[in-house]
Amino acid sequence: MSISKKEKEAFDAAPWSGATKRYDIVKEGSIAVAIVAILAIGLSLLMGSPDETPLTFKGWAVSNADNFYATAVQELAGTSGSATYGAPYNKASEGLNVGPLWLQKWAGVSHPVDTVNEFVIAPLSTQVMSTDIASALATWKAASDKQKQDWATAYDDAITKAEGKISAVPAGAYGPVPALAQGLTDMAKGGALDAALLSQGGFFQTDNTKQILFFGDGSYLDDAGTTANLQGGTWGMMNETGRYPGQAWLWLYSFWYQIPPFNNEESKPIGANADAYIMYLMGALSLGLILIPVIPGVKSLPMRIPIHRGIWRQYYAANGIKRRKK
Amino acid sequence: MSEMWTAKLRNKWQKNLPIEKLLPDDQPAYVASWIYVFGVLTLSALAVIIFSGVILAFEGPAWYHVSHAGKFINSMHFWSVQMFFVFMVIHLWGKYWMAAWRGNRFRTWATGAIAFVASIATAFTGYLVQTNFDSQWISFEAKDGFNSMGIGAFFNVTNLGQMLLLHVAFLPLLLGVITVIHVLMVRRRGVVPPIDAEPTVSGVGR
Ligand code: HEM
Repeated sequence: MSISKKEKEAFDAAPWSGATKRYDIVKEGSIAVAIVAILAIGLSLLMGSPDETPLTFKGWAVSNADNFYATAVQELAGTSGSATYGAPYNKASEGLNVGPLWLQKWAGVSHPVDTVNEFVIAPLSTQVMSTDIASALATWKAASDKQKQDWATAYDDAITKAEGKISAVPAGAYGPVPALAQGLTDMAKGGALDAALLSQGGFFQTDNTKQILFFGDGSYLDDAGTTANLQGGTWGMMNETGRYPGQAWLWLYSFWYQIPPFNNEESKPIGANADAYIMYLMGALSLGLILIPVIPGVKSLPMRIPIHRGIWRQYYAANGIKRRKK
Repeated sequence: MSEMWTAKLRNKWQKNLPIEKLLPDDQPAYVASWIYVFGVLTLSALAVIIFSGVILAFEGPAWYHVSHAGKFINSMHFWSVQMFFVFMVIHLWGKYWMAAWRGNRFRTWATGAIAFVASIATAFTGYLVQTNFDSQWISFEAKDGFNSMGIGAFFNVTNLGQMLLLHVAFLPLLLGVITVIHVLMVRRRGVVPPIDAEPTVSGVGR
C-alpha cells in the first residue's frame, strides 16, 4: 500500500521507531580527529606547503628597468591601469555594470588613489636626492596642472611609440618627467620604494592597496603570474604556486572565465563586464545550492537516480524496496 | 513562571534537544554506511584547522616564512584545509543523493550549504594573508570581481590588515556558529530515514 506525499513527509520527520543499534558518536568523533590530525601531520612532513617569496619593486626595477620606468610615466600621465580604473579608487571610468546595475560606480570612491602624487611624487619626496631630481621635483610642483599633463602625456606617448624602449625615445617637451621617472626607478632599484609606498609618510600601516595597485600596473607581476600558471584565463584561480593543490573548490567560479562570452573582453555586454556577470551568476548558484530542497526537478533527482540504494543497501536488503507515490 | 524568557528557552531546549538526543548512545539501524563518516571528518578537519590556526596567530603572520616549526604548522593548516574541503564536498554530495532534507530537515541542509559558502570566504581570506607571492597575485586579481559589485567599498582584498582580522576573527567565528547550529539541527531532527522507508513495510526493524 502506497502512502501520500504528506504522510511520507510526516513519517520522515517523526522520531525513528524502528530497529536501532549501539553507536558511540563521541568515540567516532575522537577517532576521526586523531585520523585527520595524523594525516595532516604526515602530509605536512612529506610535502610541506607552498610559500613563494613575495616580489618586490626592487626586483621589478632591477630586472626590467624600462618597464618600471614606463609604468612610472603612466602613473604621472594618468594612463596606467590604476589611474584609469574608476571606483573605488577614482572617477576615471564608469566601472562594470550588469544591465542597469552600476554597483561599482554607485559604491563610490571609497579608497581614493592618486597615482601621480601617491605613487610617484610623495615617495620621491621622502628621499635625499641628487640636485637634478630635486630640481625636477621643484619644477613639477611649481607647474600648472595643464602643463604637468602635457609633459607627462607627451612623454608617455613617445615611450609607447618607441615600444617601451626608453633609450630609443627621441628628445621632446617632456619637462621634468624623465628625471622624475629616473629618480623613482633608482629609488626602486635601491629598495626604498616598497616601504615608502606603504607608509605614505605615516608610522603604522596595514593597508597594501597602493603597493598592490602600482605593482599590477606593469608587466612584472603579470609575467610572474603567467610563469606560475596562475592566469585566470587558464584556470589559474584554482592553481597554487609550486606543486601543490590549489583552491579546487573554486572550479565552478573559475569555469566561467574559460568559456565565451565571458572569456572575451571585446564582447559586449557580457565579456566586457565578465567579472560582474560571473559574480551575479555565482551568487545565484550559491543561493540555488541552499535552496536545492525546494527546487523542482533538482530536488527529486535523488529519488529517480537510485544512488541511495547503495548507501542504505543493508536496510533495503532487510526491508525490501517500496515505490514512492508521486 | 512559564512567562519567564529564561524558562521558556529552557523548556523549548529540553523539549527539542534533550541531552539523550544530543549525545545518544544508539542510532537507527539504517545508519550503516561510510558516507555518514564524512560529516564527522569535516568537523575533525575544522578542529585541526582551528588548532593550527591558533598557533599561527600566536606567532604572527611572518613567522612561518622564517621558522621550520612555523612552516610545519603552516603546512598542517594548509593540508587540513584541503582535507576539510574534500570531506565537505563528499559529505554534500552524499546528503544530496540521500535527499537528506526530507522530513523537516530543510534547515539542516540550508545551514550546511551556508557553511560551504562561508568556508570558501574564510579560505579565500586565508590565501590573501599568506604574505607571499601567491597573496600578491590573488589580491591583485581578485579585487576586480569585488569592485565590480561595489563590495570593494567595504571588503578591500588589498588591505592586508583588514583581511587578516576577518580571517582570524570574524569569518571563523561565523563559520563556527553556523557549524554548531548545523550539527545541533542534525541531532535535533535525528538522522534522516532511507528514501521510501515506509511505516507499512513489514519485516526486520518494524
Ligand atoms: C562546515 C561544514 C560541515 C560540517 C562540519 C558538517 C557536519 C555534519 C555532521 C557532523 C553531520 C552528522 C553526521 C553525518 O550525517 O555525516 C552532518 C549532517 C548533515 N549535513 Fe553537514 N556538515 C557540513 C557541511 C554541510 C553541507 C555543505 C551540506 C549540504 C549542503 C550539509 C548537509 C547535511 C545534512 C542534510 C545533514 C543531515 C543528514 C541526515 O539527517 O542524515 N552539511 N553534517
